[in-house]
Amino acid sequence: MAILDKHKILETNATLLLVCSFLVVTIGGIVQIAPLFWLENTIEDVEGMRPYTPLELAGREIYLREGCYVCHSQMIRPMRDEVERYGHYSLAAESKYDHPFQWGSKRTGPDLARVGGRYSDDWHLDHMRDPQSVVPESIMPKYGFLEKKKIDGKYIGDIMKANAIVGVPYTEDMLENAQSDFMAQADPDSDYDGLLERYGEVNVNVRNFDGQPGVSEMDAMIAYLQMLGTLVDFSTFTPDASR
Amino acid sequence: MSKPSKKFDGDPNTTGHVWDGIEEFDNPMPRWWLWVFYVTIIWGIGYTIAYPAWPGIKGATTGLLGWSTRANVQADIDAAADKLAPINAKLEAAELTQITTDPELGPYAVSAGSAVFKTWCAQCHGSGAAGAIGYPNLLDNDWLWGGDIENIYLTVRHGIRNEEDDDARYSEMPAFGIDYLEDEQIDAVVNFVMSLSGEPKDASVVAAGAEVFADECSACHMEDGTGDREQGAPNLADAIWLYGGDYDSITETVTYSRYGVMPSWGNRLTEAQVRAVSAYVHQLGGGE
Repeated sequence: MAILDKHKILETNATLLLVCSFLVVTIGGIVQIAPLFWLENTIEDVEGMRPYTPLELAGREIYLREGCYVCHSQMIRPMRDEVERYGHYSLAAESKYDHPFQWGSKRTGPDLARVGGRYSDDWHLDHMRDPQSVVPESIMPKYGFLEKKKIDGKYIGDIMKANAIVGVPYTEDMLENAQSDFMAQADPDSDYDGLLERYGEVNVNVRNFDGQPGVSEMDAMIAYLQMLGTLVDFSTFTPDASR
Repeated sequence: MSKPSKKFDGDPNTTGHVWDGIEEFDNPMPRWWLWVFYVTIIWGIGYTIAYPAWPGIKGATTGLLGWSTRANVQADIDAAADKLAPINAKLEAAELTQITTDPELGPYAVSAGSAVFKTWCAQCHGSGAAGAIGYPNLLDNDWLWGGDIENIYLTVRHGIRNEEDDDARYSEMPAFGIDYLEDEQIDAVVNFVMSLSGEPKDASVVAAGAEVFADECSACHMEDGTGDREQGAPNLADAIWLYGGDYDSITETVTYSRYGVMPSWGNRLTEAQVRAVSAYVHQLGGGE
């Protein structure tokens, strides 16, 4: 009974009880979380992942601002029905540059993890303006106002820097050219060679996404949506079986 | 510990805890509860041995049962694919034109195609395939690129005006309003186009519009406006409109042109799925 007698000290000292409870919870947390930092297979290496371009990153910020994650998840679970409907199940590596990730579990709308390239830019434009015009059964609200708001990417370099601090491999070159890359991606008549050089030839879409002059929030949003889930080259991917 | 207070006969001991004079009996846990508790501990240990759990230096233990989510989903997918492999092989080998009439392949292709359509195509063409403004109705007899099953198959497989497939169907209408035609010419040709299938807005300019049409539009839309499927040029002489047939919509089309894009599905779907959905679309009502 000796140890139970000592327990009385804890029970009668609120502050001590709080400190010790915190200690217990901390140990529990470390045991669960810490191994993920050293286990080599937490995030497997896959080919094709790159950081978001400035325009895509801006689109992602708008995605967060508008709360798209409230209805749309971005994680295809490893089950046959999901794979048949949405494509290859999501890999941890595919969201390694997401801060924060958008996995989610609430699917009022469909999963968007691999929506990139699935529809045309025009469709996204029509669908954002008036979702029911293309999907009558949809309950999604209208986001037409995005195309009215022009953006110039003045602060996108700062957001990229913040991402770089938490581990996204943006190079000095990328950070310096953030704003010009931002403008170039939505303008196919611009000189976008630098953008492709920095972010890769294959998976960077350079188009006038909203079909109108200038860069609008709609451009950024569609640029982001059109690259979702398109980066990993699954023809070179061999799944690590131990999970 | 405060002194236990007065007890009655048969009362168990108290725990010795006292809160403002209230004491707590030291009743033992029910035996069944205690045993269930011990069993869950043993079960938990067994579970972490059987399934992946304990972290090591490089990776976690894989567990005695060799369980793997990825292997499971792959097995599920393979099992379904194996089951359908014979009929899919037959579907892939069959002549496209023979699919719908084949007593075995026909019903399979149509129902499999219906599932593919509802997953991948309905967002643009509608769940009932009636289309929307800018996205063709697949139920009628009006086809942009051809309505026989071979052409439907080509369209599905390679898509239209996309950047991902070099064999995608391609054509581009000029934006006549940008440094090309005068506003009066556009007004005239729009009225002429309206007169082909209905009433023009301003009948007095139809004749002038006919001239503009003959010069600028007839190369693709043909002299009588019935269009050319080789170039995906729509028939303007019927009352079916992809982007609207009122004056304002046609003016917008002529001024800025249109550029409808369809993704390439050969990159995403299997050959059998492309064939199945082609057969499904072909039998919807407009197939030729």
